[in-house]
Amino acid sequence: MSNPVLLLLQDVLEEPQLIDWEWIRENFTEDIVPAFQGHIFLSFVSVAIALVIALPIGVISARYRKVYPPVTAVTGVLYSIPSLALFAILISIPGVKIGPSPVIIALVAYSLLILIRNTVAGIDSVPPETIDAARGMGLTNRQILFRVELPLALPIIVAGVRIATVTIIGIATIGAYINGGGLGALIFDGINRQFPTMIITGAVLATALAITADLLLLGLERYLRPWARRT
Amino acid sequence: MLFEILEVYARPDFPEKLREHVVLSLAALLVAIAIALPVALLIRNTPLGAAIAINIGNVGRAVPSLAILALALPLFGIGFGSALVALTALAIPPILINASTGLREVNRDIIDAARGMGLSGGQILSRIQLPIAAPVIFAGVRTSAVQTVASATLATFIGGGGLGDLIVEGYSSRGPEILLAGAISVAILAIITEVGFGALERAFTPNGLKIAQSRGKR
Repeated sequence: MSNPVLLLLQDVLEEPQLIDWEWIRENFTEDIVPAFQGHIFLSFVSVAIALVIALPIGVISARYRKVYPPVTAVTGVLYSIPSLALFAILISIPGVKIGPSPVIIALVAYSLLILIRNTVAGIDSVPPETIDAARGMGLTNRQILFRVELPLALPIIVAGVRIATVTIIGIATIGAYINGGGLGALIFDGINRQFPTMIITGAVLATALAITADLLLLGLERYLRPWARRT
Repeated sequence: MLFEILEVYARPDFPEKLREHVVLSLAALLVAIAIALPVALLIRNTPLGAAIAINIGNVGRAVPSLAILALALPLFGIGFGSALVALTALAIPPILINASTGLREVNRDIIDAARGMGLSGGQILSRIQLPIAAPVIFAGVRTSAVQTVASATLATFIGGGGLGDLIVEGYSSRGPEILLAGAISVAILAIITEVGFGALERAFTPNGLKIAQSRGKR
C-alpha cells in the first residue's frame, strides 16, 4: 500500500465529505435541476443565435472568396480571447449588466469561427459537376444554393455545430462567475463554501451534458450522411 | 479610463502576476509534452493505442476546464501546485491526439521505402516518421498552449495566482480599470501565444514538406 496513487485514492474514497449524498437529495429539485436546465438554455440559445449569424456569413464567404480571410481573422481573434477575459471586457461596456446576456454574447462569439469555417468547408465539398448538372437542369443560383449546396453541406455544418456545442457547454460553466447561471454556479458555490459535493455535481453534470450533446449530434451527422455509413 | 488601466500595469505586483501566469502555463505545457509524446511514441503501432488516444482526446474535449480546476481543489488543495496539476491534465489530450494521429498517418510506402534502403526501426522513427509528423504534432502543442494560457486565467479561483487575480480583484472590488487591465493583458498574452506558436509551427515544418504543400496548392 506504499503506492502514492493508491494512498491518494484511499484518502479520496475515505474522505466522508467528498460526496455528500444527503445534500444532493435535499437540493435536487431546488438547486441542481434548475442549474442543469439553465445550462441547457444558455448553450442552446447561444448556438442557435450563432447559427443564424454564421450561416449567411459562411455562404457569402464561400461565394466571395475575398471576404473569407478577414472573416476568419476577426472570428479567430475572438476565439483566442480567454473566456474569463471576454466576460470581463463585455461587462465593462456601459449598459451591459452582469447576467445571462453577456454570457450568451460571448458564447455566440466563440461559436462563430467553428460554424463559419465548417459552412465554407461544407459548401466547398460539393463537387463542381453536381453544380453544373443542377445548372444544366435550369436551376437558378438561389435554387442551387438551397436545393443542392446547403443540403449536401449539411453533414459538415452539423459537425461544426457539434464541436461548437461541446465547446460552449464547457465555457458556459465559467459564465456563472458573472451571474450567467447554469451548472457553473454549483461549481463556484462549491469553491466558495469549500464544499466538494457541489463542485463534483456541477463538474460531472456539465461533462455528462457535453458528452450527451456530442453523441446526439454525432448521430444526426451520421443520419445526414447515409453514404458514409456503409464504409 | 486608458490612463487608469495603464496605472494598473505600473503597479508593482503586475510583473509578478504576469510571471506567475507564464510560468504556470509553460510548466503545465512542458510537463504535458513530457507525458504525451512518449506515450504517443509507445502506442504508435497499436490499433488499441489509437483508440485510447482518440477517446482521451474526446473526453478531454468534453470536460470543462473549470471543472478540472475546481476538482483539483478538494483533491490537491489550494495553490500553485494544484493549478499546475489541473492545467497539465487539460494540456495533455490535444498533444496526445495530434502526436498519435500524426505518427500514424505517415504514408506506409515511405516507411517501406526507408526499410528497403536498410534503415533500422529507430532510424525510421527519427529520420522519417518524426520529421513528417512534426507539423501535426506541433499543431497539437499550439492548440494546447493557447488553451493552457486561457485556462491559467481560472487558476485564480483555486489560489493558483496569475493574471486572473486581477480580473477577480477588479470584479469583486468593482474596480473597472483593474478588471479591464487584467482582461486585456490575458487576451494579449493568448493572442501572442497563438501567433508565436503559429510561427514555430512553420519553423518546425521540414522544407521538403513545405515544397510539397505549395505544389499541392498550385
